[in-house]
Amino acid sequence: MSFYNTLEQFDHFDFSSFFNSVSDDRVRDCLTKEYLNAYDFLTLLSPKAGNHLEMIAKVAQKKTIQYFGKTIQLFAPLYISNYCTNKCIYCGFNHANVIDRRKLTIEEIEKEAKAISSRGIQHILLLTGESRQATPMEYLLEAVKCLKHYFASVSIEIFPLECHEYVLLQQAGVDGLTLFQEVYDKVIYDKVHLAGKKKDYHYRLDAPERGAMAGFRNVNIGALLGLGEMRSEFFFTGLHARYLDDKYLDTEVAVSLPRFNPAECDFHPEFPVNDKTFVQFLLAFRLFFPRAGITVSTRENAYMRDHLIHLGATRFSAGVSTSVGGYAQHQDQSTPQFEITDGRSVEEVVSAISSNGYQPVYKDWDRAI
Amino acid sequence: MLLRVNGDSQTTAATTLEELIQEIGLKTESLVVEHNEHIIRQELWAKTRLQDQDQVELLSFVGGG
Amino acid sequence: MNDEGLRLGDTTFTNRLFTGTGKFASNEIIPEMLETSGSQMITVALRRIDMQSVTDNILQYIPDGVTLLPNTSGARTAEQAIRVARIAREAGCGKFIKIEVITDAKYLMPDNHETLRATETLAKDGFVVLPYVLPDLPLAKRLENAGAAAIMPLGAPIGTNRGLETKPLIAMLIENSAVPVIVDAGIGFPSQAAAAMEMGADAVLVNTAIATAEDPVAMGHAFSLAVQAGRAAYLAEAAGQSVVARASSPLTGFLD
Repeated sequence: MSFYNTLEQFDHFDFSSFFNSVSDDRVRDCLTKEYLNAYDFLTLLSPKAGNHLEMIAKVAQKKTIQYFGKTIQLFAPLYISNYCTNKCIYCGFNHANVIDRRKLTIEEIEKEAKAISSRGIQHILLLTGESRQATPMEYLLEAVKCLKHYFASVSIEIFPLECHEYVLLQQAGVDGLTLFQEVYDKVIYDKVHLAGKKKDYHYRLDAPERGAMAGFRNVNIGALLGLGEMRSEFFFTGLHARYLDDKYLDTEVAVSLPRFNPAECDFHPEFPVNDKTFVQFLLAFRLFFPRAGITVSTRENAYMRDHLIHLGATRFSAGVSTSVGGYAQHQDQSTPQFEITDGRSVEEVVSAISSNGYQPVYKDWDRAI
Repeated sequence: MLLRVNGDSQTTAATTLEELIQEIGLKTESLVVEHNEHIIRQELWAKTRLQDQDQVELLSFVGGG
Repeated sequence: MNDEGLRLGDTTFTNRLFTGTGKFASNEIIPEMLETSGSQMITVALRRIDMQSVTDNILQYIPDGVTLLPNTSGARTAEQAIRVARIAREAGCGKFIKIEVITDAKYLMPDNHETLRATETLAKDGFVVLPYVLPDLPLAKRLENAGAAAIMPLGAPIGTNRGLETKPLIAMLIENSAVPVIVDAGIGFPSQAAAAMEMGADAVLVNTAIATAEDPVAMGHAFSLAVQAGRAAYLAEAAGQSVVARASSPLTGFLD
């Protein structure tokens, strides 16, 4: 079994006639249900539901507080390499891009770790491009080992691995896996991933599941909103999350809603997601999956993020650099993977969270008591 | 004289409510008495004269939810 | 948050557990139960005396300071209920009356229609009317308009101990009633009483569950604690909600 079997069931599903059939009453029904099924979720993703945002927001807020309290968990991403063999037409690390390619040495990683942890961050997300040659397993394991000295929690957002490789990383101290399918639509997937290992749709699709099998405590998935038809794309993200949650009881599932920022790069997404739709998706997912984490990166600006605190977000990156070696070395920064739009420091993000009546959480997990 | 007491026919020699209550032998302190659908307070029992076919209800408070 | 008590008619009840006098193994237990539970209102019923045996006077077991709530049990029509109410008041039981009109002997469901009619008359007569009903929002509004002092919806059929089977319907009453909502009947366990209070009921009336417990005195105490806990939880939640209400700008207003 794979999540692909679930996806296949919607191969011939007529999303537009479903959306056309959604009534205001149907939307309201979804607000009072304890357990939402896939079609309830899809109802909340419909254009019609967009007319009921405030009502949905109230429920989403209540559910979020019910399951998470008034807290926002903080983390920082750490890019250790931008070598990449893939040609993803939307990504700054695209193999075809002529950029300064860098890979941090373990000493440099340690410097970055010191710089980040000195700002209070205790959850770190380790990122690389996709290059087994530049960043082989031994290197990754060394990096994790180093980071474990500085952080309570280490997660990875790297190229998909085999299950036994995930097990090695898990044993080395990694407790979270972030991996985005980018786009669930197979045809578009093939179009935007021109070359590289990433062309293998299924290998990527099943990777979060391999991570769950390997015993990661946390698996964070997402679709890069804008690449495919957005409502179905986010619908599949939600189903994927529920699939993992149903199947792997000891894994906490979280989603991200990364979307293209209009200010970013040359890539113009075919299905841009505006603020209102973005918020609708986040709220719908909260109702569909009240226990799941929702990660909001600095792709979203400060204004959005400050408001999302109240709506269902549970995890923020803070004080972020998306360049390799961006924390310790201030000059000579390499090309970022994506442009960040919330450039506030950790202190500023913390104070924004606090002034919104929420508690910033630096650490919610330790491997041992 | 024939009365209806709590829905049943009852022959009595009593001429007042008080005599009737004594005749039946009831404790009086919790008794609620209705005479021809009028509630009669205890101090008026002696003055309330009975006539043939009168309806008398003898009630009391009991346990209930 | 302070609980200012429940006001019905001219009386304020600081204890939100109302009790009943039915089904006790011995009436001697009642004053002790009232003491441990702290209950400030208790129901009594009116019946024709049994001329074959000595009738115990239930009123002697109820201490001064505890408000009597005579019910109209046995009434099958509005007129009968009105008559019982008037007799009870004449007999010195005060102005409170629980209207209970039951025409269904199988499930003992209250007859909402007759209850409304009795309420209309008795409220005009100056009674503090507490109608016992099936939770039905439009009816509750009519009772309110007719002058009912509170609405007493059933949680489950009388004496069944099945708890809040009608919970969503009671929630509608709580949400929409201008008068207090007192959950009556069906509450079999303290946890159920707590649940009723937690959802915002103003009081609960418990008889069978206390009277038929192995130790009614201890059970009265248990119910009292449950009602307090439920009430406190409700008030704690209300404080949280008011924070949201004070933030008067809508959650999604930033998108405009």
